[in-house]
Amino acid sequence: MDLRQQSSRNGSPRKVVLSTIPSDAHTWNLLFLQLLLEEHGCAVTNLGACVPVETLVAESVRCRPDLIVLSTVNGHGVHEGLDVARAVRGRRELDGVPLVIGGKIDTAGSRTAADFRPLLDAGFDAVHVGVTAVPDFLALLERLPSVGHDGTGRRAYVDAAR
Amino acid sequence: MPPAELAAAGTFHAAMDAARRSGTLVVQPRMGFGDTARMRAGLIATRDANAATVGTLTLDSFTRVGDFDAAARAVREGRPLNGYPIVSFAPDVTRTMLDGVCGPDFPVQVRHGSPLPGRIFDALIDAGIDATEGGPISYCLPYSRTPVQRSVAAWKEACRKLAALRERGVEPHLESFGGCMLGQLCPPSLLIAITVLEGLFFLQNGVRSISLSYAQQTSAQQDEEAVTALHRIAARLMPDAAWHVVIYAYMGLYPATEPGALRLVADAARLAVRTGSTRLIVKTAAEAERIPSIAENVTAMEVAAAAAAMTSRGTAPAPTGVEAEALALIHAVLDLNGDVGKALVQAFAQGYLDIPYCMHPDNAGRTRSVISDDGRLEWTRTGSLPIGHLTQPHRSAQLTSTRLLHALSYVKHRYDDLPTPA
Ligand code: B12
Repeated sequence: MDLRQQSSRNGSPRKVVLSTIPSDAHTWNLLFLQLLLEEHGCAVTNLGACVPVETLVAESVRCRPDLIVLSTVNGHGVHEGLDVARAVRGRRELDGVPLVIGGKIDTAGSRTAADFRPLLDAGFDAVHVGVTAVPDFLALLERLPSVGHDGTGRRAYVDAAR
Repeated sequence: MPPAELAAAGTFHAAMDAARRSGTLVVQPRMGFGDTARMRAGLIATRDANAATVGTLTLDSFTRVGDFDAAARAVREGRPLNGYPIVSFAPDVTRTMLDGVCGPDFPVQVRHGSPLPGRIFDALIDAGIDATEGGPISYCLPYSRTPVQRSVAAWKEACRKLAALRERGVEPHLESFGGCMLGQLCPPSLLIAITVLEGLFFLQNGVRSISLSYAQQTSAQQDEEAVTALHRIAARLMPDAAWHVVIYAYMGLYPATEPGALRLVADAARLAVRTGSTRLIVKTAAEAERIPSIAENVTAMEVAAAAAAMTSRGTAPAPTGVEAEALALIHAVLDLNGDVGKALVQAFAQGYLDIPYCMHPDNAGRTRSVISDDGRLEWTRTGSLPIGHLTQPHRSAQLTSTRLLHALSYVKHRYDDLPTPA
């Protein structure tokens, strides 16, 4: 496995862009999520540490993913998560692509998605925090429509995520 | 050992030199808040803790990546930052914040995490601070996607800036963060090599008072061997510098229970005393969750100081080869170029230095490590590290998310699962 490159499993895998926010240098979370997503049949583009918002948007436009996953643990997710959501939601090419965020999103250790209403309002489809973050996320991944569908399938995912 | 011509002032340098001579363990928090009143209260509480302490300004992540506007905006809007935004405050704000707190009896160090530290160095010097930390490797690979070459150039310039404080009669101090490298799963020989090489880089660029670091890992025995090796290597390679060793309480996934977290920091203090190290940077019971409060920091420092007081110098454990591996790495890199900065850039380019699990674009990514059955960090793949003749890579299984989490959680489980004495 190469830590930085795309990887795929058999068949036509779901494409996932995995990223963090511009100020966040933590990468163990990214490595863990990359492995987890690959084990669930996804082809992951892992953008690594401190990803500028423009890089995240450009990479997403380039590879048209089925899902964009943001992982951040440094406590600045409440600030820069908003910037990412606005930028992604501002791009026509990324219309309807599900966008989720998870990790340790503020500096107070808030543990429920309800604490992060502004992120949902800005365009995230789900916020995964606390001990149930990973199982909740995997449940959503299962509900994600299989690839090859058009925007209608994506819509169903977005509804399921809310 | 300090040469006679070291400048006399330099609050951090002088305090650490005195501690080293008297054999006192100095403890220090990793503390930083976006709010100046809270930051000042945190420094005062550190000073007044029941321990020999120095203070810390830990900077926020926006400042670390050079996004000073975002830091300033957060301050204006009263939104919490994960550290103190020293560049976004006018110099007199920080001076006022430190006034009557920071001085020869209570020096303060700036801890950041920036591959391009120029503005941070300017700000701390303007604020009258004479100590900071980092390094062109340890603040680049784990903290950014900045090319190593740019980081080396920026750190050269920053070292010169700091060294120029001597013209004002202040002896500045610079600590290498090389003993941490991603916080976990990096075998000790590579940690020692990087902190020593960064120390040599600092010395070559005009700094004369330095510290070398080592972060507590998975095995107390292996850690003692490693820190002993670090002292021996530094004594040999830096005969003319003023140096000491600073221990970091565990830098990886931290125990989530309060007893577990405090037992771990107490063990870090024991490691520091047993190996004759001079300073310890603590972690708190909130580490696994969120930014710690002032009170949680004070508790951690006092627990560490109490454990240190009950510990005495140990005898070095039988060597298992950590020192030989570290020396092989150091000498192979130094042989690449007489300029340590250039040697470091080349070392990463050809995989002589290669950090396991590091995603930085300049890291070769051909090394891997594992925690052995007896809890030691061992190589499973050494890539192009020049230690093939010294080590027999351990067997490894395919990396999966479960195996990774298991390895990352090794220390957390050991400390959280211990029964608490009644
Ligand atoms: C290792 C570490 C570092 C290393 C990182 C090296 C690297 N390149 O990765 C170093 C030493 C460099 C570092 C630096 C800093 N760190 Co740090 N670090 C840690 C530490 C100790 C462990 C993190 C880790 O490796 N976890 C392993 C992974 C697998 O777990 P995880 O990240 O928690 O992710 C899990 C879940 O959160 C979840 N998850 C995460 N993301 C997502 C996303 C989705 C979609 C889902 C479903 C789930 C999910 O899944 C994972 C598995 O359960 C944590 C504290 C802790 N947890 O013990 C602090 C911690 C994350 N760091 C923190 C901070 C603040 C910093 C610094 C700013 C320095 C500082 N002020 O203390 C800098 C960051 C600089 C920057 N620009 O961002 C804080 C964040 C505080 C907060 N959120 O309130 C923490 C919590 C420590 C603390 N209590 O202060 N750090």
